Amino acid sequence: MVNKFFATPEAALADVPDGATVMIGGFGNAGMPAKLIDCLIAQGATDLTVVNNNAGNADTGLAALIGAGRVRKILCSFPRQADSWHFDKLYRSGKLELELVPQGTLAERIRAAGAGIGGFFTPTAFGTRLAEGKETRRINGRDYVFELPIHADYALIKADRADRWGNLSYRKTARNFGPIMAAAAKCTVVQVRETVELGELDPELVVTPGIFVKRVVKLH
Amino acid sequence: MKKIDRKQMAARVAQDIPEGAYVNLGIGLPTLVADCLPKGREIILHSENGVLGIGPRPAQGEEDEDLINAGKEPVTLLAGGSYFHHADSFGMIRGQHLDFCVLGAFQVSAAGDLANWHTGAADAIPAVGGAMDLAVGAKQVLVMMEHLTKDGKSKIVERCSYPLTGARCVNRVYTDLAVIDIKADGLHLVEILADISFDELQRLNGVALKYKAAA
Repeated sequence: MVNKFFATPEAALADVPDGATVMIGGFGNAGMPAKLIDCLIAQGATDLTVVNNNAGNADTGLAALIGAGRVRKILCSFPRQADSWHFDKLYRSGKLELELVPQGTLAERIRAAGAGIGGFFTPTAFGTRLAEGKETRRINGRDYVFELPIHADYALIKADRADRWGNLSYRKTARNFGPIMAAAAKCTVVQVRETVELGELDPELVVTPGIFVKRVVKLH
Repeated sequence: MKKIDRKQMAARVAQDIPEGAYVNLGIGLPTLVADCLPKGREIILHSENGVLGIGPRPAQGEEDEDLINAGKEPVTLLAGGSYFHHADSFGMIRGQHLDFCVLGAFQVSAAGDLANWHTGAADAIPAVGGAMDLAVGAKQVLVMMEHLTKDGKSKIVERCSYPLTGARCVNRVYTDLAVIDIKADGLHLVEILADISFDELQRLNGVALKYKAAA
């Protein structure tokens, strides 16, 4: 019997090794898998590369992971916020590497990884300093920049409902990076509000099919 | 000289957004445009984090932390609205499906180059968000900004001194002084909004303005 339900977040994250690349879903607090992040901090894995749109807010979630010194490198589009002090401090002291990626390029690089694409040409950032050193090409009169996929060892995401096959539905704008990160990681761990029996999720409304999901934990 | 205020700027931008348009409003000043859209015009607002059909701000106490815009402010959804993931959201942007985006700016050049993400300061922490995608993706890129810096320098310049967000991407600029189109042959004054003469505007703007008075 296929059963992707895990009883605890500790069990679902026990094997995250030092040096792993971890995608973390969410845009602001919407879709941020806060309890999984807390559990990752307690689990102790370090020297992590993290992929998220931001670099954490205040003292919780991703900001706490960064503040605990567990992150070696972060790929994101918008690290600087009024309350990103943990990131700011470590970045300025040279202890945290930043790869700044335009938001749409970040999303598409994640999508490309999950879809088996080896790279793509995007018009975004052409002629700017974020394209410096990158391959460019003019296609039908328009200039493009070559970008590589971003793969991950783990994705930690938040969804609304899941069944034991790992099929997921989301809630409102909390969907954001969830579906594409789920596909881009070798092991996707999902924090959900509710678990349901097989067949309860309308198959027409499953957003992330279970093939992209390895582990599901019900957390409030 | 009496400049127009932020609300009047937003109303002037809103006036140019037609029925049926799909529009992304940037964070900050452009967000004000939402409140000024003419009643009765059906305009569909997009936000980068994955939502089309944004409605008014929720009443106090009615906020839903799962329903926010790209500025991470609580919003509501209109009937007919939809949610989608980030790659689809930026596909809409990059794929030129949005009719308009309205962005703030530090500088806009006479060629339509946009600088709005980085001041170039060596110790600044860079952050770009979706600005570069919107700059290349929307069919019409509208900029909304104060015309002058705090020390009176024009933010419309021959060449941007700040790092670019996008090259040759801005179509029209709305300021607290004027509306200016950016075309292949340079800047065209569309309308003066402040209590100011053309000659005075030209002096403040620095870069040459073409102006054909309405017949």
